[in-house]
Amino acid sequence: MGKDEDNRRIVDRLEARGVSRRDFLKVCTIAAASVGLPAWCVGSLAEAAEPSNRPSVIWLHFQECTGCSETLLRTSHPAVSELILELISLDYHETLFAASGVQAEEALHEAMKRNAGRYVCIVEGAVPLKDNGVYCKIGGRTALEILNDVAGKAGALIAIGSCASWGGIPSSEPNPTGATGVPQILREKQVVTLPGCPANPYNLLGTVLQYATFGTFPALDGLGRPRFAYGRTIHEDCPRRSHFDAGRFAETFGDEAHRNGYCLYKIGCKGPATHASCSLKPFSEVPGAWPVGIGHPCVGCTEQTLAFRVPLHATVEIDRPTPPDTYPPVHPDHGNVSTAAVGFAGLVGGALVGAGVMMGKKLGVEDKKEEDP
Amino acid sequence: MNLRAQPVGGSILTVPFKILFAVLTASVPLMAWRFVSGLGPTTGLSDGYPWGIWIAYDVVAGTGLACGGYAIAILCYVLNQGKYHPLVRPAVLTSALGYSMAGFAIVIDVGRYWNLWKVPLVWNWNRNSVLLEVAICVMTYVGVLWIELSPAFLEKLEESDSFPGLRKVSKVIRPWLDKAMIWILAVGILLPTMHQSSLGSLMLIAVSKLHKLWHTPLLPLLFLASCLLMGYSVVVFESTLSSRMFGRPRETETLSSLSGIVAAVSILYLALRLGDLALRGRFGLILGSGGYSVAFLLEMALFLTPALLLRKRERRKNPGTQFLAAMMMILAGMLYRFDVYLVGFNPGPGWSYFPSIPEMFITFGLVALEIMVFIIVVKRFPILAGIVPAASDSGPGEGSHVPATGR
Amino acid sequence: MSVTRRCVLKGLVAAGTAVTVGVPVASARERKTPPSDAVGMLYDATRCIGCKACVVKCKEANGLPPETDPATGSIYDAPVDLSASTNTVIRLYKEGGRTSYVKAQCMHCVAPACVSVCMIGAFHKSDYGIVAYDPGKCVGCRYCQLACPYNVPKYEWNTAFPKIVKCEMCRHLLAKGGIPACCEVCPRQAVIYGKYADLLTDAKDRLARDPDRYYPKVYGESDGGGSQVLYLSAAGIPFEKLGLPTLGDEPVPQLVESLQHAIYRGFVAPAALFAALGYVMIRNGNGKENSNGGDGIGTSSEQEGKE
Repeated sequence: MGKDEDNRRIVDRLEARGVSRRDFLKVCTIAAASVGLPAWCVGSLAEAAEPSNRPSVIWLHFQECTGCSETLLRTSHPAVSELILELISLDYHETLFAASGVQAEEALHEAMKRNAGRYVCIVEGAVPLKDNGVYCKIGGRTALEILNDVAGKAGALIAIGSCASWGGIPSSEPNPTGATGVPQILREKQVVTLPGCPANPYNLLGTVLQYATFGTFPALDGLGRPRFAYGRTIHEDCPRRSHFDAGRFAETFGDEAHRNGYCLYKIGCKGPATHASCSLKPFSEVPGAWPVGIGHPCVGCTEQTLAFRVPLHATVEIDRPTPPDTYPPVHPDHGNVSTAAVGFAGLVGGALVGAGVMMGKKLGVEDKKEEDP
Repeated sequence: MNLRAQPVGGSILTVPFKILFAVLTASVPLMAWRFVSGLGPTTGLSDGYPWGIWIAYDVVAGTGLACGGYAIAILCYVLNQGKYHPLVRPAVLTSALGYSMAGFAIVIDVGRYWNLWKVPLVWNWNRNSVLLEVAICVMTYVGVLWIELSPAFLEKLEESDSFPGLRKVSKVIRPWLDKAMIWILAVGILLPTMHQSSLGSLMLIAVSKLHKLWHTPLLPLLFLASCLLMGYSVVVFESTLSSRMFGRPRETETLSSLSGIVAAVSILYLALRLGDLALRGRFGLILGSGGYSVAFLLEMALFLTPALLLRKRERRKNPGTQFLAAMMMILAGMLYRFDVYLVGFNPGPGWSYFPSIPEMFITFGLVALEIMVFIIVVKRFPILAGIVPAASDSGPGEGSHVPATGR
Repeated sequence: MSVTRRCVLKGLVAAGTAVTVGVPVASARERKTPPSDAVGMLYDATRCIGCKACVVKCKEANGLPPETDPATGSIYDAPVDLSASTNTVIRLYKEGGRTSYVKAQCMHCVAPACVSVCMIGAFHKSDYGIVAYDPGKCVGCRYCQLACPYNVPKYEWNTAFPKIVKCEMCRHLLAKGGIPACCEVCPRQAVIYGKYADLLTDAKDRLARDPDRYYPKVYGESDGGGSQVLYLSAAGIPFEKLGLPTLGDEPVPQLVESLQHAIYRGFVAPAALFAALGYVMIRNGNGKENSNGGDGIGTSSEQEGKE
C-alpha cells in the first residue's frame, strides 16, 4: 500500500470526527515544529498511525484530579485529543474507558502481556508512600504496587502533570499521605516528566509524536523534562516582558498598572523561576488562557520548589538578571568621597601643621632667650 | 663639641612613644582587614583613581621626605663639605626607614602581592615601564641604605659584651665594608637620582588625565629638584626636633648653610616650573583653572616663602625661622607630589577620590612605626652626634658614660 | 697616585659591568603599526539600536556575573559602566534632542599605554594584535588603570585575590574559530568583527558613500596612536560627546618612552654617573688631612673630628 492510501486512512478516520485534512496537517506541522522535528516527518507520522505501528499506551491514574486528562480532552480545534488517540493505541485509561471493574483490570493485564517491554506507561497523579501506601488503592492493590508492576514491564515511562512528576498538590505540606512523584520512586528508570498543573497537552503531543514516529524521546533536562517545552522560563518568553524591562509593574490587584496589563512580578509572578511553555503555547488553543494572560501572576505550577510551597504573591529572585530598559550616561557618576573622612583629615592635618607652627615659634623665642642674656 | 655619634640613651617607653605605639596597634587590624576583604571596603580607591595616598604619600612623598640621606651624601661626599658629616647618619637612618615604609606601603597597596617576587626576574622585564625602574631601584636602594647604616649597628655590637659570635663576624666584615663603602655610597647617590626623577616620569603616561599645569616633559627634573629640597628640609626639621627632644646642642650653624642651599635650589625650581609653563603657552592656566589654580598657587607660595625667608644670612641663623622654613618646604614638596598624583589627576567626569579613614589610619600606623623605630635606634645606637649625657632617669651605665675621644 | 689610578680602573670596570648587565634595547621610537594579521571591531553608532544584546552575550561568553542593585530589588543586570563584572556597556548620549548609543569596551590600541607601563608584561599585545592580560604576571599595581586614556581596565576591588578585568575580544572563542560574542549577536551588525585592514576600508567607504549620515572621521584610525577598535558616529555628534577622548595622533606612550630611552639608552648614563661619583668621592676621601674634615660614613678608620 502506498503512502497516499495511508494518509487517506488516517484522514478518513479523522474526517469522520469532523477533523479536516487541512486541520490535520496544520496540527501535525505545529506539533512537529514544537518538538523540533522537520516538516518531512509529517509523512512518517501517517505511517506511524498504522495499527501495527501504533504504540500501546497504558495510562495510570493515582492521586490526581484528572485535570491533565481533562485538559487533553478539552483541546478542541482541531481535536488534538483525537489525534493523540489516533497516534497511539490507548489500551488502558480509567477515565476514558467505558468498562470498569473486572473487565477493566483484565484489559490492563491483557495489554501488559501482549506488549510486554514495549508499551508506554503514562502516569497521572502522585503515589502515596506512607503507611504502606494505603491511601490509594485500585482493585485491591496499592498505587505503589500497580506502578511497580506496570512500570516494570513498560518500554517507556511518561509522568504527566506535576503530581506524577514530583508530587504536586497532594505533596504539599504536611503531606499526610507521603505523596511522591514517579521519578522519585522509580529511580533506576528514565522517566519523561511533563510537569504542570495541568500540563500543557501540546507537551504530551510533541513527546508522543516523536516516540510514535521515531521511537525516541526528545532531548530531556536533568529532571527528565523535554527541553522543547521546559527549556526556558516563562520570563524569557513572557508577553509582558517589555513592561518588566521598562519597570512598569502592577503593585496591587486592580490598580491602574494592573488594569493596563503591566508586569505582574511585584504581585508574585513566579515566571522568572518557572520552566514551562505556557507563554508560547496556549492551553486548549485559547490564546491568553493561562494565569498571566488573565492578569494573575504565574504560580510556578511546574516547579517543585515553588508550586504549593511559596506563597502565591511572594516575589521570586531573578536567576539571570538582564539589562533593563534604561541606559547609563556617557559619564556616569562614581562619586564616593566620604565627608567624615574629609573632616577627619582636616582635623589631623590642621593639628600637625598647628603643632609645627607652634614649635617653630617656640624655637624662635628660645633662641632669642639664649641670645639675650 | 664632640662630633662622635653616640646613642642618646634614656627610656624608650616615653609618652610620645606610647602614643605612637597606640596608633600602630590601631592600624594593624585595619591592615588585616585590607588583606581579608580587599581594597574596596577599606580604601577610597576606585577605577578612576587607582592610586591614592598609599602611593602619593607613602611612596612618592614619603620617599621624597626620605631623601635626606641622598641630599646630605651629595653635599658631604661629592661636594666634599665635611662640616655636614654629623648630619649624615641620622639622615641615612631616616632615609632607610622612609624607604622601608614605602616598601611596606607597596606590599599593602598592590592587589596581587604574591607575584611581587617575579618583579626582579630580569627575563620578565618590560623595559618601557618606568614603574619597573622605580621598583627595582627602590628595592635595591633600601638594601643599600641599611648597608650604609650598618657601621652604626656594628659599632654598638663591637662595644657590647653580648653576641660574641656576631662580634667576630663583624670584625671580619668591617674592613671589607670600609673599602667598599665608597662604591656603596656611589650607588646610594646613583639610585635615588634615577628613581626620584622617575617618580616624576611615572605620570608622563597620563597625557590626557594630568592637568596641563603639571604635565610636562620636565617632570623628572622637577621631581629630582623637589626631592633634594625636601631632603635638605627634612634634615633641618629632624635635627632641630631631635636637639630639642634628646637635649643635644643645636647644629644651628650647619643648618644655616643647609637652609641657604634650600633657598637657592627653590628659586631655581620655581624658575624651571614657571619658565616651562610660559614656554608652552600655559601661563594663562595659572589663574584660569578654578580649583587647580588654587592648588598651583598654594604650591608656589609654599616654595617661594621659605626661599624669601631664608634669603638673609641672619634670618637663616634663627632656629625658629629654619624650622618654619623647613616645614613649609616639606609641605611644598609634598603638595607638589600630591598635586601631580592626585589633585591634578582627572580621569574624567564622574570620578572623585578622598582617602577613607581606615586608609588614612594605615598610613598613620606606618608613619608611627617609622618614628618608633627611629626613636629606638637613635636611643640605643650611635646615630646622633654631640650627645650630652642622658638624664639620671636612665640606666646607671649610660647616665655616667663620658664618650671617649677617638678609638 | 697608584691608588687613584686603581680606583679609576675599578670605576670603569664597574661601569662596564653595569652596561652589560642592564642593556635595554635602544631602538628608535618609530610609530607602531597593527600587525599584518590584526583583527578588530567596527562599531557604527548610527546602526546601533541600544538593544544591549551585546552586553548580555558578553557576560555569558566570559562568565561574568550580573550587576544588580538592591535598591531596585536586584532584578536587573544594570551596569552603569565597565567594571570587574562588565566588559562592555551601551551608553546613551542625549543632548538637546540628539541621541546616540555608544558601546564601550577595550580599544585594543596599536600602541597601548597599558602594555607600555606594565612592569613585567601582564598586559601584552597578543595574537592578532589583541591586548591580552595574564594574571599570572600581574602584581595588582593598577598602573594600567592610570595609564589607559579610555579608563578601560577595571579592578576587582572587593576580593582578597583580585585581578584586572577587561574585554579581550573573546580570544578564547577566536581560538576555537569563533568571533567575539558581541559581534556575533548584534542584530543590526552595528558592531562587526573582521580583519583590521578590511574594517578600516569599510569604515572609510561608509563615510564616502553616505557623508550626510556620519561625522566625518573614523575614530581610532590614528587617535592616541590608533586602535584596532574603530568607531563611526552620527553626523553632528563629535566623538567627545560619546566619551571618546580627543587624543591627537601621537601614541600615548610616546613621550615617556622617548624620554626614558633617551636618558637610559644602553644604560650608559647611569653607568657613567656611577663611575664619576666613585671617582670624585675617592679623590675627596683620599687623605685625612682634608681641610673640610669629614670622612667615610662611620668606618673603622674614623678620624678624630674637629674639636
